[in-house]
Amino acid sequence: MVARQSGVLPLTLGLILITSGLFFIFDCPFLVKHLTSCIPVIGGFLFVFVVITLLQTSFTDPGILPRATPDEAEDIEKQIDNTGNTSYRPPPRTKEVVINQQVVKLKYCFTCKMFRPPRTSHCSLCDNCVERFDHHCPWVGNCVGKRNYRFFYTFIVSLSFHTAFIFGCVTTHLSLRAQGGKGLVFALQESPGSAVELVICFFSVWSILGLSGFHTYLVASNLTTNEDIKGSWSGKSGEDVTNPYSQRNIFVNCCSVLCGPMPPSLIDRRGFLPADESVQTAGADIELPDLANKSEINVCTQGTKGLLESATLPPLLSTSCPQGKPLTDPTVNFDPSPEISTSCSGARHVHHSRGRASTPRHTKTRSKKNKRAALQMANPSFDVPVSPSSPDAGPSSKARGHKGDSFSHLQ
Amino acid sequence: MAETHSLQDLQQPTASSKVFVQRDYGSGTISKFHTKFPSELEPRIDKQQFEETIQTLNNLYAEAEKLGGKSYLEGCLACITAYTIFLCMETHYEKVLKKIARYIKDQNEKIYAPRGLLLTDPIERGLRVVEITIFEERSIGSGR
Repeated sequence: MVARQSGVLPLTLGLILITSGLFFIFDCPFLVKHLTSCIPVIGGFLFVFVVITLLQTSFTDPGILPRATPDEAEDIEKQIDNTGNTSYRPPPRTKEVVINQQVVKLKYCFTCKMFRPPRTSHCSLCDNCVERFDHHCPWVGNCVGKRNYRFFYTFIVSLSFHTAFIFGCVTTHLSLRAQGGKGLVFALQESPGSAVELVICFFSVWSILGLSGFHTYLVASNLTTNEDIKGSWSGKSGEDVTNPYSQRNIFVNCCSVLCGPMPPSLIDRRGFLPADESVQTAGADIELPDLANKSEINVCTQGTKGLLESATLPPLLSTSCPQGKPLTDPTVNFDPSPEISTSCSGARHVHHSRGRASTPRHTKTRSKKNKRAALQMANPSFDVPVSPSSPDAGPSSKARGHKGDSFSHLQ
Repeated sequence: MAETHSLQDLQQPTASSKVFVQRDYGSGTISKFHTKFPSELEPRIDKQQFEETIQTLNNLYAEAEKLGGKSYLEGCLACITAYTIFLCMETHYEKVLKKIARYIKDQNEKIYAPRGLLLTDPIERGLRVVEITIFEERSIGSGR
């Protein structure tokens, strides 16, 4: 399903549906009569394509990495040298790896309890590590990462075409109507829907075209928005750094990003499972209760509620349960009930009852969201606040301010 | 009761330990695991055997993620059909994952289980690690 915060996905869908609807109702009949009947066909095809790719972007798992199992976390902790730091949070742990003669630092994720693979970033809105993290897009209500980047790119490109097509058709329609000295006002009065379309399309076509252009550049150089903004491979620090993931050929880069093999969802390995089954090899995130340890399960239910917003759950009770009771049996994991995989994943087989996204941490997340608004930006070319789900105006201006700081180099 | 062992019996924490083979990111973001032989497995299994298993796994993952004519064709076809083709068709990656699952099952049955070891399919661990469970001899056969 979509991320924990679905952002403005309903708004995006609404805008597309309304604009296209108005186009088919007001402009198509006139244009079919005066021009060609291909117009609604092309419009219809583009509309369907846009909606499908939007829904795919929103509902596909972006490449969420499930949290490490308790044993793994323990194993990694053992490997890391503990300097006996008494501060609340240990110093950031990094591991260096050489990829294509470039030194890449792998950071340890305290939430997911693992060293993040290269190009992976932790999205605070979704509260998950996402592979090849591009950005969190409120417009589609999901992170854009390895698995859904191609859908996202197809969506924005097809949306550019669709918006430009509608804009062109509406302009043609209005100019045809205004012919013979009748004037634009008359034309607008005859076809009021076209006025709405004109406004919407005029303001969106530039931003969407700009965004498509930006992402085309990213695809051609095999970069992510995250890397581009941070300037990871642009050599800003004066060192001779190049993108180690680029294949140095625009065509090959495009193919590998957009047409490469589709990796499977790592959080969806087992689909639906009956709640009373206890399996040895636990799935990445859906873990089941061990009936022999009912007491631990009861202890866990409080912690379970607190975890409802995470798409992938740490099986370790001690991280989630208020009682902080550590599990002795590594294979005992609670089944938080089917609602768990609500947020943040596009896992297809994921379970019903989604509405639990508004969980206790929502309020905490809001302030975190405002702070992180700049980091989890939607689209740099959009001049809208990045955390639109905040109702008050305060965060939006704050977000803009933050945006200005972070994106100054884009201007 | 002594004859029936549930899997839970075999997994008592006191009777098993786990070894994790981490991902090797030296070649980029492709799925690859370190072939270094963990010392905890020394008494149980041959180093060669283990390295061969991991290397085969690496090769299979490389095959799944290979960029080539076939994968591009699949990608383009998917794009043209607005990715709806994935509803009816299994991706190449998924096919190879099934192959990997069969290979691991096979390895477990033939080589690892007789030595009291168990390989966990990395996909069950989010492709982060190859988890090898070492069962202590005393727990097997102790029906509870």
